[in-house]
Amino acid sequence: MQKLLETFLIGLSTGSIYALMSLALVLVWRSTRVVNFAQAGQAMLSTYIGFEIASRTEIFWLGLACAIAAGALLGAGVDYFFMRVLFKHAVSGPAAVVAPVIATLGLLGLIRSIVGLIWGGEFKSIKAPASTDGFTIGERTIPFSPLNLLIIVTVFLILIILAVIFQRTNLGLSLRASAYAPEIAQLAGIRTARTRTIGWAIAGGVGGVAGMLVTSSNFLSPYSLDLLLVFGFIAAVIGGLESMVGSVLGALILGIGLTIILNYIGTSLVFIGGFVVLIVVLLVKPDGIMARGRARRA
Amino acid sequence: MRKKIALFIFLGWVLLLIGDRVDELRVYQGAQIAMYAIALSSIVLLTGYSGQVSLGNGAMMAVGGYSAALSLNNLGSPVWFAFVMAVVVSALFGALLGTAAARLSGPYLAGTTLALAVGLPEIANQFAFLGGVPGILFDVGFPPARFGEEFTQYKWFFWIASFIALFALFITSNILQSRYGRTWRAIRSNSLAAELSGVHSGRMKILAFTISSALAGLAGAVMAMTISLVAPGAYTLSLSFALVTGAVLAGVSSLPGVVFGALILVAIPEVADVLANRLGGDENLNNYLPGLIVSVLLILSVIFTPNGPGEKLRRRHHKKM
Amino acid sequence: MSLNVSNLTVHHGAICAINQVSIAVPTGKLAAIIGANGAGKTTLLRTLSGLKHPTHGSIMWKGEKIAGIKPEALVRRGISHVSEGKSVIPELTVRENLELGAIWRRNAKESKESINQVVSIFPRLGERLQQRADTLSGGERQMLAIGRAIMAKPQLLLLDEPSLGLAPLVIEQIFQTIRDLTTSMNLTVLLVEQNAMGALKIADLGIVLNLGKVVAINHAQALIDDPAVRAAYLGY
Repeated sequence: MQKLLETFLIGLSTGSIYALMSLALVLVWRSTRVVNFAQAGQAMLSTYIGFEIASRTEIFWLGLACAIAAGALLGAGVDYFFMRVLFKHAVSGPAAVVAPVIATLGLLGLIRSIVGLIWGGEFKSIKAPASTDGFTIGERTIPFSPLNLLIIVTVFLILIILAVIFQRTNLGLSLRASAYAPEIAQLAGIRTARTRTIGWAIAGGVGGVAGMLVTSSNFLSPYSLDLLLVFGFIAAVIGGLESMVGSVLGALILGIGLTIILNYIGTSLVFIGGFVVLIVVLLVKPDGIMARGRARRA
Repeated sequence: MRKKIALFIFLGWVLLLIGDRVDELRVYQGAQIAMYAIALSSIVLLTGYSGQVSLGNGAMMAVGGYSAALSLNNLGSPVWFAFVMAVVVSALFGALLGTAAARLSGPYLAGTTLALAVGLPEIANQFAFLGGVPGILFDVGFPPARFGEEFTQYKWFFWIASFIALFALFITSNILQSRYGRTWRAIRSNSLAAELSGVHSGRMKILAFTISSALAGLAGAVMAMTISLVAPGAYTLSLSFALVTGAVLAGVSSLPGVVFGALILVAIPEVADVLANRLGGDENLNNYLPGLIVSVLLILSVIFTPNGPGEKLRRRHHKKM
Repeated sequence: MSLNVSNLTVHHGAICAINQVSIAVPTGKLAAIIGANGAGKTTLLRTLSGLKHPTHGSIMWKGEKIAGIKPEALVRRGISHVSEGKSVIPELTVRENLELGAIWRRNAKESKESINQVVSIFPRLGERLQQRADTLSGGERQMLAIGRAIMAKPQLLLLDEPSLGLAPLVIEQIFQTIRDLTTSMNLTVLLVEQNAMGALKIADLGIVLNLGKVVAINHAQALIDDPAVRAAYLGY
C-alpha cells in the first residue's frame, strides 16, 4: 500500500513533465496538422541555453526563464522559416504522405548535431532548485522528494496559465479558432498565419520548461530528451491528439503506469513498456481516451 | 524476366571484378553499401510503395542481427542458416508490428515506430542472453581455404554481402513489379478507392510490413557480419534516421535508387571525416558532423526533391515526349 | 458603384471556373446570384473575399483594387463572407463564435455592443450564448454565421447559400432578416442561392451565372418575370 502510494506520487511527477511535452505536441498538431518531432530538438536547445545561464548564475529559475524565452523564439522561428517554406513547396506523389514528418525529423537531427557541435556530448547537469532527497515522514523516508513536489506544482501552474490564456483571452480564442477551422477564422478577420506562429512559440516555450524540469533530476546530453519526446508523443496519442485536456490526462496515466513498471518489474522494460501501452491504446481506443467520436485524421 | 536475371548476373560479375581490383577499405565499404542497399529497399517497399511511414526499420535490423547471432552462437547453426533465421524472425516481428499498426497512418504510425526504435534496443540491456551493452559476437568465419591466402576477410564479407544484396534486390524487384506492388501503390494513393475495388488493404499493409521487416532483418544480419558484432549501440535511432534519409535521397519509391542512397550513406562519414580534419579535427566535430550533414541533406531533399532527384529528371523526360 | 468586377477570370487548376465576368453592384443594394451547380457562384464569392486569386481581371471595392488581397485584410476593409455549409466553429460556444467576428476590431466595449445588436436581431441566439455551437439546429447555425459576419460591421456581405438544408419556414425567416439587414445597416449584399425564387424575391438586382459566364443581369423583378429564367431556374 505504502509502495503504491509512493509509486503513484512519483508517477504523477514524471507524468506531469510528459504532460508539458504532449501538450506542446498537441498544440502544434491542432494548429498545423503536423506532428513536430523537432519539438524535442527545440526543447533540447532551449534547455542547453537555460543550462548555461543557470550554471553561470547559479539560479535555476533564471535559467528556466531563459529556456522559456529561447523556446518561444525557436518555436516561432521554426514555424516562420521552416514550416512555411515546407508548405510552399507542397508535395505530391509518393512522398506526400511522408514529407512533413520527415522534414521535422531532419530538423531534429540538425538541431541535435548543432548542439553537439557547440556543447559536445558529455553529460552536463543542472543544480536542482529543490532537494532530491525524499521526504521523511516520521521515521521513514519516501522516494518522493521536494523536487518532485516542485515539479508537480510548476506544471500545474503552467497548465492553469495556459488554460486561462486559451479559454479567457482573445489570443486564446484566435488560437483555438485557427486550429479548429482556419478558413472560417480567416474570414472572421483573424491573421491565422501570425496566430499559428504564436501557437508555435507557446509550444516551444512549454517544451523549454519540460526540458529544464527533466534535466533538473537527470543528465543533459544531445540525446537525453529523446525519451521525453517519445513519451510525450505516446501521452498525446493516449489522450487523442485533438484534445489538450486529454494529452495532460494521458501523460499522467502514462507517468503512473511507467513508474509502476519501473518499481514492480524492471528498469529496461520501461521503454518497451511505453511502446506496449501505446499499442494497446491504439488498438482499444484508437481515437484516444477523450474522443467523442471525432474521426482521427492524419 | 530473363533479361532481369541476365542483368543481375552481369552486375554480380562486375562486382566480383571490382572486388578484385580495389583496396581493403573500399571492399569493406562495398560490403556496407550492399548492406544499406538491402536496408533501403525495405523502406522503399514500406514507405515508397505502401505509403506507411515507419521509423522502426533500424529496430528490425536489430531483430535480424540478434536472431542471426543467437542462431550462430546458441544454436550452433551454419552461417547461411543464421541469415535465414534473421529473415524469418524479423518477418514474424514485422507481421506483429504490421497488425498492430495497420490502422495507423501518418504521424501516428511514425510516432509509434519511433517509440519502437527507441525502446527495442534497450531490451538487450535487460536480458542476459542478449548480451547486454557489449553485445554478442557474430563471426562468420574465415574465407574458404581454396580462395587462397590473398583472399582477405573483408573481401569475403564483400562477396557474401553482395550476393545477398543482389539476391534480395532481385526478389524485391519482382515483388514490387508484381500485382502486389501495384496493389500497394493503389493503397498508398487512395486507400478508400482501393478497398472499394476489392483490395483488402489491412492485409496488404501487414504484408508490406512483413516483407519490409524481413529485408531489414536481413540487412541487420549483414551489418552484424561486417562489424562482427551485435550490440544495442549499433542500432540507434540515428540508424533509422539515416535509413529514412537515404531512402528520400534515393527516391522513396525507386528501387534502383537504393544503390545511390546506399553510396551516399557510406560516403557521408568519410566526407565528414575529411571535413572535420580540415576544420581542426576536434572530437566534437568528428562525432556530430556526419549527423549534421545527414540532417541537412534530409531537409533539403525533402523540401526540394521529395521523390528523389530521379523525379525531376523523369519529369523533364516526360515533357520532351 | 461600390463593388465593381471587370473581366474577372478565375481558374481551378486547368479548369476555368469564372470566365470574363463583369458585375457592378450599387451601394446598399442586394444582388441575388443564381445559377445551376458548378456555375461558378461559390468561386465568385471566394474570389471576392480573398480566398482565391483571379487569373485575370480586376475587382474594385470602394474605389480600391482588392484582387489577391488576403481575406484577413479584406475583413478590415469591410468585406464579410459567410461561406457555404458550416460557417460556424462547432467546438466554440455561440458567444465565442460571435466574439470571433469582432476580435480584429480590438475594442471590447464595441464588441459587447455588437453582440447585443446581434442578439436583438436573432433572439434565439441570445438564449443560447453559453452553449456550444454544435448543439444548435441548422437554422440557428445559419443565424449564428450571419451574426458573426455582422459583428465585423461589414459594408459588403457575401452570403453563400444560407438556405441550404433548412426547413421552408426557417428559410423564409432568414431571407426576411437578410432583407431587413440590408436596409437597416445599408449593406451591399451578394446573395448566392440555389433557392432562386426566394433570393430574387428579396433582391434588388439579379445575376444569372452559367458555366462561369454571366447570362443575365437585370432588376430582380424583371428576371422573375422573364420566361426563360422562369423555365430554367424558377420551375415554371
